[in-house]
Amino acid sequence: MDLKELYKDIILEHGKSPRNFGKCEKYTHKAKGYNPLCGDKVEVYLRLNREKKVENLTFEGSGCAISVASTSIMTELVKGKSTETAKKIVKDFLNMVKNTSKIESDDLDEDQKTKIMSLSDVNQYPMRVKCATLAWHTLTSAIEGKKEEVNTEAID
Amino acid sequence: MDINSVRSQFPIFSKKINGKSLIYLDSSNSSQKPLSVINALDNFYKNEFSNVGRSIHSLAVNATNKFDETRMSVKNFINASSKEEIIFTKNATESINLVASTFGQQNIKKGDEILITELEHHSNYVPWHYLREYKGAIIKFIPINDDGDIVIEKIKELITSKTKIIAITHLSNVTGTIVPIKEIVEIAHKKNIPVLVDGCQSAPHIKIDVKDLDCDFYAISCHKVYGPTGVGILYAKKKWLETLPPYIGGGGMINEVKKNKITYAPSPEKYEAGTMPTAEVVAFNESIKFMQSIGIENIVRHEKELTNYALEKLKKINSVNIIGNPKNKAGVISFTIEGIHPHDISTIVDEDGVAIRAGHHCCQILHERLNLTATARASIGIYNNKEDIDVLCNAIENCRKVFNLK
Repeated sequence: MDLKELYKDIILEHGKSPRNFGKCEKYTHKAKGYNPLCGDKVEVYLRLNREKKVENLTFEGSGCAISVASTSIMTELVKGKSTETAKKIVKDFLNMVKNTSKIESDDLDEDQKTKIMSLSDVNQYPMRVKCATLAWHTLTSAIEGKKEEVNTEAID
Repeated sequence: MDINSVRSQFPIFSKKINGKSLIYLDSSNSSQKPLSVINALDNFYKNEFSNVGRSIHSLAVNATNKFDETRMSVKNFINASSKEEIIFTKNATESINLVASTFGQQNIKKGDEILITELEHHSNYVPWHYLREYKGAIIKFIPINDDGDIVIEKIKELITSKTKIIAITHLSNVTGTIVPIKEIVEIAHKKNIPVLVDGCQSAPHIKIDVKDLDCDFYAISCHKVYGPTGVGILYAKKKWLETLPPYIGGGGMINEVKKNKITYAPSPEKYEAGTMPTAEVVAFNESIKFMQSIGIENIVRHEKELTNYALEKLKKINSVNIIGNPKNKAGVISFTIEGIHPHDISTIVDEDGVAIRAGHHCCQILHERLNLTATARASIGIYNNKEDIDVLCNAIENCRKVFNLK
């Protein structure tokens, strides 16, 4: 396995300069995620409008390149989608990094598919899957209004 | 000491990892096993297996004798006064839990104080936290300075009439700090406070003499001392083993059992309820023999030389930051690289066959004190050589390449 497959330039770039970083104004939902294996933490802030559309999605936290890039890419892809679509994309992403390396969704355009697929090689590194999935589980938790912190040891 | 002949005793080094030779720098986590230990396990199961201390047939007598021989070897290895002071447990974590639980039951009440340090592994904090939770004890942390050394003067300030026990590591699994235990025990004993020492990291790497240290309890994990998993050791002064209550109840730890009364066996049996990891204890004798065949002075010298070599080389690599600079440092080197998270470092060096650890190493209190969430750690064992360090350094350079760092 070539390390550049895992650490593609797009991942390094998002890892270094994450998009949508910080606390967004007037967020309606938030959730915390924690990976006890490495101590990484993420907090996502979500603003939904009346039609349950994601108006804004941002995050705070620290982590490895995989986890920061994955979170950054997630915020870009989910912004503007309905919560129903967002949940489908999360499911599709989790299936990709854990099982298939493929994206089935019709909800993403070609450019977005390329972005999400940049994380597909994570599934060749079983110990790193949780780095990639933490924020996505945390997003689901925010959408569903769950109070307890997401813990990668309890869900994956 | 001929490092090649030491290394050749470890079958794992003939294996390839990701097509590369294994560069094992995770001995603080667990050590690799020499063939003699592996053979001893194999031989015991094939030719000698029986439970110990119960039946009187020939196999049982032989197994019991072998089990006891290891106890005697451990006694000599750490210079205890008698073999009855050596208790076998599941691991050092259980050894510490045994003391926290039984000592706490007997001696800790609400408002009593327990002193630990900011260096401690979770296994020397969480068991004491139970006493905070269930008994209302207070835990105070002996601080470290930025070099990772314990501030000894603070211990005197922190001790009060309520201080009941001090629990402290002998060697930090993050900074490699070798803690001056003897000095701390002297301070504690002046106030009649017992001291438990977490010897997980020290036992494989420095000379242990519990009589000289004069500590009350000493915990060891055998899998870090080139031995099998599933066995730990608790050394305790005889006076404690005679007065503390039993821990786990069951077969083998009793004297007499009646419907209305139970009396307990004397130590060490009092603390060894149920069937023990018999084959593992027997095989651990070979680990001690292995260490003794090299000689602890040679081990210390080799590992010190290698640690200094590694520190010098690592410091020359741009943006590598070594964690801690203790006065007396063993072969545990934690580091960060600016711009690369430790988990990414670990994944990348693994491609070159280099096994290091990344994370908080079960020391979240220490990482918080140092304002870090995670570090990468290279830790040395007796089998490592300079080439291992060279490969590590090249692999670290490769991390910087993968991350497009200048």
